[in-house]
Amino acid sequence: MGDVLIFAEHQGGHFPKTTLTAVHAGLELAGKRSGKAIAVVAGDAPEAIATELAKYGTSKVIALEHTALRNYLADAHAQALAALAKKEGVEFVIATATAIGKDLFPRLAARLGAPMASEIVTINDDGTFVRPMYAGNALATVELEGPIKVLTVRGTAFDAAKPADSTPPIERQAAEIDAGALKMEFVSFNATKSDRPQLTEARIVVSGGRGLKSGENFKTVLEPLVDEMGAAMGASRAAVDAGFVPNDLQVGQTGKVVAPELYVAVGISGAIQHLAGMKDSKIIVAINKDEEAPIFNVADYGLVADLFKAVPEMAAEVKRLKHS
Amino acid sequence: MKILVPIKRVPDPATTIRVLPDGSGIATDNVKWVINPFCEIAIEEALRIKEKQTGEVILLTVGQTTWQEQLRTGLAMGADRAILVKTDAALDQLAIARIIAKVAGDEKPDLVILGKQAIDDDSNQVGQIVAETLAWPQATFASKVEFAGDKCTVIREVDGGLETIAFKLPGLITTDLRLNEPRYASLPGIMKARKKELKEVAADSLGVDLAPKLKIKRLDAPPKRQAGRKVASVEELVQVLHTEAKAI
Ligand SMILES: Cc1cc2nc3c(=O)[nH]c(=O)nc-3n(C[C@H](O)[C@H](O)[C@H](O)COP(=O)(O)OP(=O)(O)OC[C@H]3O[C@@H](n4cnc5c(N)ncnc54)[C@H](O)[C@@H]3O)c2cc1C
Ligand SMILES: Nc1ncnc2c1ncn2[C@@H]1O[C@H](COP(=O)(O)O)[C@@H](O)[C@H]1O
Repeated sequence: MGDVLIFAEHQGGHFPKTTLTAVHAGLELAGKRSGKAIAVVAGDAPEAIATELAKYGTSKVIALEHTALRNYLADAHAQALAALAKKEGVEFVIATATAIGKDLFPRLAARLGAPMASEIVTINDDGTFVRPMYAGNALATVELEGPIKVLTVRGTAFDAAKPADSTPPIERQAAEIDAGALKMEFVSFNATKSDRPQLTEARIVVSGGRGLKSGENFKTVLEPLVDEMGAAMGASRAAVDAGFVPNDLQVGQTGKVVAPELYVAVGISGAIQHLAGMKDSKIIVAINKDEEAPIFNVADYGLVADLFKAVPEMAAEVKRLKHS
Repeated sequence: MKILVPIKRVPDPATTIRVLPDGSGIATDNVKWVINPFCEIAIEEALRIKEKQTGEVILLTVGQTTWQEQLRTGLAMGADRAILVKTDAALDQLAIARIIAKVAGDEKPDLVILGKQAIDDDSNQVGQIVAETLAWPQATFASKVEFAGDKCTVIREVDGGLETIAFKLPGLITTDLRLNEPRYASLPGIMKARKKELKEVAADSLGVDLAPKLKIKRLDAPPKRQAGRKVASVEELVQVLHTEAKAI
């Protein structure tokens, strides 16, 4: 008992940093429950990625293989993982709450008849977990009952696992999938092209809001600052809804949750739904022309100014600093 | 097409949520109750599909008698009838989803559309659990839905871009924010809604295991972040970020 199965998400032959967050949380949980942490990489040819993952301190890595696991689809992955979780006799299955984690894990929980806690931020010693509710306005302590429990973790609440000294064995397993029961078809993936760091991995995030007024202004006004700072770009819902920037840049309760070392909010008022996605950032900067804007209540440094003047100035100032 | 839309009653997103000092819940005085915004989007999508192809839109909620208000609002938007599965107990997502799946089993809709997330519990679970319980395909976080015969194609909002998946009906969809803009209930809609069928069923009459396996032991208010200070100029801002915060 007490064993933990960690779902290691991967894309295009790599795993994102969020996968290492799940590994870290899985190791912590296994430690607290005196169990083993087992990582699983699912795919049609998962071995290379499994080898990569083996550096991070789990007691084994399972390369779970099946042609039906080529593209991520919830039904096939839920079948494969549920069968594996039962076979390995684990008490917990854990993943990071990425788009895939959120899509897959409730389905997996249903297949296991298990309770699930979404986006946990703390693993308590007494077996309970803490998770935010109401856009982060409440922290719930929850208890899960039953022989097997399903968890997703909030990526910002745990560190990434670090490489360990020993390398565990990699176990190849054929996934148990009833192909006749599969009903979902992958058609295509249209990637948002960007050379910038990933929003959930960046050390600095610069986000723009409705105050930017247009997609064109995001390009000509905000992006030079983003790039000068080597930052990832984010946005408020209002900016995304208006079509200024792609959907997956939305930071907030119902978008992405980020906690970089530095978060710069430009022309964002600071609605509770936006704060839910960034208020755990280490340093918060707000640039807004309205000195009453609620974003200033959480900002370490606030600048009351017209962004169309302040942002180009800031880009120039950062550039100067870098060259001095 | 017959479409089932499970909806939830939640505090208005503009409400300031306060945790009760004893940690037993949130303060509900002064809370305005509304249809969960993602569920409104689900109702709207169902109505648009029905308007294009004819059919029936059935609302379903699992909750207390007061939740009738939100069902009436949905009927006023244009849904055809509503079902309230009544319970005063605190159910977990697994139990709620099993009830929804049970009703879907009886009603046999072609499509179930839910919100991706209830903005009170922020679980993002119920749709996926219903889909697995019914052994149906699921398309979560939908930003576009199209039909060609009995084939449904859905564009989904995922990390790093947009994904397109397809399935044959019956199937299940959960809505993301950009799927549509929900309509308001019109005055004639509100009048008509009064006469539409709203059926009540007792939750414990459905033969579903309702005992929660996920229990909320306590709620706490999150630590408050201290407001910092205002800087006078861009130059000062960049200076303090460099020397004081050491962030750049
Ligand atoms: C169900 C639901 C889910 C939601 N989820 C999210 C979410 O995940 N993320 C999110 O962000 N929001 C979310 N929202 C929306 C949220 O409530 C706010 O509406 C949104 O965050 C506002 O975006 P904004 O700050 O860009 O726009 P506004 O509130 O319009 O603020 C614009 C700001 O720009 C400033 N400004 C304007 N011009 C200038 C200028 N020239 N120079 C400087 N400052 C200027 C203004 O003073 C103002 O403060 C959600 C809402 C609902 C109902
Ligand atoms: N009590 C309920 N009654 C009906 N539908 C619900 C209920 N709770 C959740 N749902 C549906 O499930 C979606 C996701 O909720 P959740 O998984 O709780 O975040 C909601 O948007 C609703 O469509």
